[in-house]
Amino acid sequence: MTPKSFLFVNRKAPQGSAHAAEMLDAALIAASFDQHVHLAFLDDGVFQLVGGQRPELLGQRDLGTAFSELGEYDIDHIWVERDSLSERGLSEADLTIPVTLVDRAALAALMARIDVVISA
Amino acid sequence: MKFAILVTAGPFNRQAAGSALAFARAVLDSEHELVRVFFYSDGVHSANRLAAPANDEHNLVRDWSRLATERGVDLVVCIAAGLRRGVREANLAPGFRISGLGQLVEAGILADRLITFGA
Amino acid sequence: MNGPLHIVNATPYASGALESCLAHLSEGAALLLIEDGVYAALADGNFAERLAEGIRGHALYALAPDLAARGLATRRLIDGLRVIDYPDFVQLAAEHSTAQSWF
Repeated sequence: MTPKSFLFVNRKAPQGSAHAAEMLDAALIAASFDQHVHLAFLDDGVFQLVGGQRPELLGQRDLGTAFSELGEYDIDHIWVERDSLSERGLSEADLTIPVTLVDRAALAALMARIDVVISA
Repeated sequence: MKFAILVTAGPFNRQAAGSALAFARAVLDSEHELVRVFFYSDGVHSANRLAAPANDEHNLVRDWSRLATERGVDLVVCIAAGLRRGVREANLAPGFRISGLGQLVEAGILADRLITFGA
Repeated sequence: MNGPLHIVNATPYASGALESCLAHLSEGAALLLIEDGVYAALADGNFAERLAEGIRGHALYALAPDLAARGLATRRLIDGLRVIDYPDFVQLAAEHSTAQSWF
């Protein structure tokens, strides 16, 4: 069967809710099923990729390690919305992993050509 | 056309869980097919047989169970999200089954449309 | 085939979901307001102008039971809004390329 493209839309900050962790788990499983996995980070979702986080202080899982291993799952479509970063006073230099920066129109175009969208 | 539903919202604090049920019923009453409903995140609480809302409150757990038995809908609870929240075989409501996240991915592959009800 | 069906279930008066969704509408995309998202449709609300501007060129829908439950069915709602029921919701999802939820 031809693989489908899955887009995981991450719009939530990492610590305040379980959205980030549970979306990441779902994305990793989709990749293990040999689907074309895309991760999009926009709005507060961009905070997930910012360095210097210490989730262990809250007894939470360190997502940073998992993010740094995305390549091993052949997840290399990682899109971060430039406007969301700049609105929050952040830039690409604040991110812990290599990503592709896109503007809103480009992300909207991606959303329009994907097969399955899963959002949190 | 084949539909699948992902429920990530809890049944007793979010309307989205009720919306998912209403959407599922509408799909079943249409010309389309409902291949699976996958319960993830707080959505897994919809499968807790021990949930006992007062008589005058909407019992979403019972309604999903009925939908499964009467219409043969495949209701799948994520094992990891379920264990985390105390939803397991021992207290699983009728009509639900427990499996892995692969069932969500498979639903996305099998269905023409996957629609998320979350919060 | 139409573009994505975007579904917003949060009120714009407390959440950025609708604002963000409006910024990501591609050609052929449609927007459906459900649950607390239907509050965005109030014609006299502060968000009405932003919604009218953001939805230009796209179809806008709201779910009838969610409007009625909130006492909005008889209020003045934004121009061009199409009020639909669950069977229409299913059909809309079938007629669009994907369903993408914002909350």
